Amino acid sequence: MELVCIECPRGCLLSAEKTEGGVSVSGNFCPKGRAYAEAEITEPRRVLTSTIRAAGAMVPVRTDRPVKKSMIFALMKKIRAARLTHAVAIGDTIMENIDGEGANVVASASYGGEPCSI
Amino acid sequence: MKYDVAIIGGGVIGALTARELARYALSVVVLEGAADVAAGASKANSGIVHAGFDAAEGSLKARYNVAGSRMMATVCEELGVGYENNGSLVLAFDEAQIGILETLLARGRANGVRDLRIIGREELFLREKHASGRAVAALYAPTGGIVCPFELTIAAMGNAMDNGVLLLTDFEVVRAENGKTVTLHAADGRAVSAGYVVNCAGAGAEKIARLFGDDSFTVGARKGEYILLDSAAKGFVKSTIFSVPTAAGKGVLVTPTADGNILIGPTSVEEPDFSTAIRRGAFGEIIEKARAICDGIPFGETITSFAGVRAYCDRHDFIVEESRKAENLFNTAGIESPGLTSAPAIGKAVAEKIAARFGAEKKKDFNPKRRAFSWFRKLGAAEKNAVIAEDPAYGKIVCRCESVTLGEIVNAIRQNPPARTLDGVKLRTRAGMGRCQSGFCQPATLETIAKEYGLSLGEVTKNGKNSAIVSGGAI
Amino acid sequence: MKRDIVIIGGGPAGLAAAVAAYDAGCKNVLVVERESEVGGVLKQCIHNGFGLTRFKENLTGPEYAHKFIEEAEKRGIEMLKDTFVTELTADKKVTCMNQSGIFTVEAKAVILAMGCRERSKGALNIAGTRPAGLFSAGTAQKYVNVKGMLPGKRVVILGSGDIGLIMARRLTLEGAKVLCVSEIMPYSSGLRRNIAQCLNDFGIPLYLEHTVAEIEGEGRVSGVTLVKVDENKRPIAGTEKHFDCDTVLFSVGLIPENELTERAGVALDPRTKGAVVDGDRQTQTEGVFACGNVLHVHDLVDFVSEEAEIAGRAAAEYALQGGRAHAYISAENGENVTYVLPQRVDKNKNAPQKLFFRVRKAFRNAVVTVDTGARRKTVKKIAVAPGEMESVALSAEEIGGAEYVKIAVTGGDR
Repeated sequence: MELVCIECPRGCLLSAEKTEGGVSVSGNFCPKGRAYAEAEITEPRRVLTSTIRAAGAMVPVRTDRPVKKSMIFALMKKIRAARLTHAVAIGDTIMENIDGEGANVVASASYGGEPCSI
Repeated sequence: MKYDVAIIGGGVIGALTARELARYALSVVVLEGAADVAAGASKANSGIVHAGFDAAEGSLKARYNVAGSRMMATVCEELGVGYENNGSLVLAFDEAQIGILETLLARGRANGVRDLRIIGREELFLREKHASGRAVAALYAPTGGIVCPFELTIAAMGNAMDNGVLLLTDFEVVRAENGKTVTLHAADGRAVSAGYVVNCAGAGAEKIARLFGDDSFTVGARKGEYILLDSAAKGFVKSTIFSVPTAAGKGVLVTPTADGNILIGPTSVEEPDFSTAIRRGAFGEIIEKARAICDGIPFGETITSFAGVRAYCDRHDFIVEESRKAENLFNTAGIESPGLTSAPAIGKAVAEKIAARFGAEKKKDFNPKRRAFSWFRKLGAAEKNAVIAEDPAYGKIVCRCESVTLGEIVNAIRQNPPARTLDGVKLRTRAGMGRCQSGFCQPATLETIAKEYGLSLGEVTKNGKNSAIVSGGAI
Repeated sequence: MKRDIVIIGGGPAGLAAAVAAYDAGCKNVLVVERESEVGGVLKQCIHNGFGLTRFKENLTGPEYAHKFIEEAEKRGIEMLKDTFVTELTADKKVTCMNQSGIFTVEAKAVILAMGCRERSKGALNIAGTRPAGLFSAGTAQKYVNVKGMLPGKRVVILGSGDIGLIMARRLTLEGAKVLCVSEIMPYSSGLRRNIAQCLNDFGIPLYLEHTVAEIEGEGRVSGVTLVKVDENKRPIAGTEKHFDCDTVLFSVGLIPENELTERAGVALDPRTKGAVVDGDRQTQTEGVFACGNVLHVHDLVDFVSEEAEIAGRAAAEYALQGGRAHAYISAENGENVTYVLPQRVDKNKNAPQKLFFRVRKAFRNAVVTVDTGARRKTVKKIAVAPGEMESVALSAEEIGGAEYVKIAVTGGDR
């Protein structure tokens, strides 16, 4: 399988094959590339970023770890349904264990709880 | 409510007719089919105040052109509209074309155009260093000018409204009942009654006349496509530069605009309808023809391109007359080029005829003046500070390319005729008209319109029905 | 009003420059920001992928900005928000306008950090109508991420710049159907990993060597026609593809916003569309520095921060100690290089310097040749592409012996 590594802007072109002992990876510049290729072959994961609606503002959020790629649209549905009604600081958890595997949705910017102006 | 006069069409002819009628003790309503005035040819044309040497001697085009050209400076002064008497040049490239210049010179003099003369290469390049090096002579018309066509239309309508005229937008006239009085029905069920109707419907003039049973003329569509350069190209040419006219029209010109851009075009294409879609081959054609009259045009500064469609009529002269077939109807139709130049004179002539018909007196309290859209930007720093102290919205820049403040945008929404759409704000304030083409200011402008009208963002349109800016709903 | 340094723009460049200037001993710094919050475009770049080079962390845009905002606030750096600079003069008078009025700040040094704008659709000479529903990708990004509004439901993206790719994913996640991305070049101008994670992950087709033939729709856009182009970018008849859509996004390049710079008489480089600078990021106008996307368009914010810190430190030195004598040599682009920045290298600086450059076309196993007149050195790169800025480092000795610096890229396979 040919892959482009998404771990950094370098974007290494990877070659990954399932072998009896696991996964063989080539083309990676660093160990992150190997880990990425292994995951792509077994269970691809992505960090999911989005926004959560609050009073008069959209608050940017992210998952605090990669989640299963296959779950992304299901998780988006939950994030879209959520509303933020209180102030949060950057890094605060807004939704806990959203994927059932321990990933939390955290604020990636602070929100003061006040409606923002134009 | 019954009005004395209903004007159908809020283009430059309708707007200036409304303004002239507002001088008299008459009740006047303007019915505009689109969401804003200046929605058709008045929004998209060359913005030229023609000197008046093109039209055949004795034609209405010649008469109104020269008269309108002489009125234009005063009208623009009163309405605070950008106008510049920048002069025009028609370039000739060989002996045969010099012959054409001589014909134009003679015709212009016969039409009453002042100070017209043919100049040689030396004076030509002194005036315009980017005029094509192949040019051998030029017809110089010092009375030629430029005006912002939509600004003129909006300002004239605003001044008419300030003086008591009512404007109804999105009022597309689909039926006319013509008895003792005329009742005009809109597509949406509204109706307006009037004693007399002026047809200023431009592209729709034939359709309106036919609603009255007048089939004495037909209207055709001629599309003109343009390329607009950023104000960074300002000064590339100072005068309006034409090639010699042909049967198809005045050809492609290169001109400064009253707003400081450089405008190049138009093409001239007969079309079956009034679509303003730009043809795929248009750009190559404009560029090639423009390069024939100017050297080194900075096309890299292109910020937008657009098309306008002129309505010409089968008589190939303006129609400015009482309907030959219907009672209570006055037609202005086929007002193609030099229609913008002629508009003040046409409006005056129509208003005088109608006033005479009604025996209406001039109002004593008519105020011909209107504050310029550009009033704020023309102030000095101290004066601006005084305005900002009064209304801090004037201290907040929304459109950074054209330096338009929130105060000016709100003013455009509240002032006559009120802007209701994104294009409406753009045409009045220049917000979104600059080099980023509204990339930065659009969301803030949209929010301002939504706030002023109590709408959601999704309800604000570009230019009326079916043109919502954000149509996907809240996420 | 007087300040040692006025920084125009409170985005990633302006913030990093302010912090660096402060830390270099110049405490009397003012950042002028036109928006109501600092952070610049990072505020709307909610995706991750920022900071990998600088912080070894995979941050979102707001998180990356937060690190610098926090540093600036910690130092008590003065930030004037909702304030627009209307004029800059070569003698470093900065005229500002905000809701309390118009005022002028006299500075010893000025740092330009105004960023860039998106190239507009209007510049593209596209046939067809001019309906609602046409957005530059960044404007659409603002609607979605800041205003919480979806611009439309069926989307075609023209141009494969990174913002367009990011928006393809973002709109898809929010329920819109992204029909395709079209790119006139034979390669994407975006990062490879964005093709992978924004398009391939969602099965969004990328049509290379395609351009838009026509836009349709009265009122709202109703469709676009794409057409394949030949090697001279001319449409090939019979290759039209039509898409019914209600939205078109344009991601067709970024342009440094240098209108203010130009009016101040600061010399610009037509290749970068930013100021001509030396290694300190000082322009040819003494005491005026520039950094970030107003200087040249970067693809990674990490490099913006690095560049801004160079400018911040140098501006601090200038404000505190005044100018010094320079011995400039020029940095030139050789074969397959579109520009080199800085354009001038100061031999008097007597310090190692990194020269940034962009290549004209993509190569694998590229050989970068640095010719200084006195000597030549070569550096190998696994892959280079026009969308990805490259750099080479020169030691103080190499610069000391140089007559000029010329960077060329050759060899390797396309």
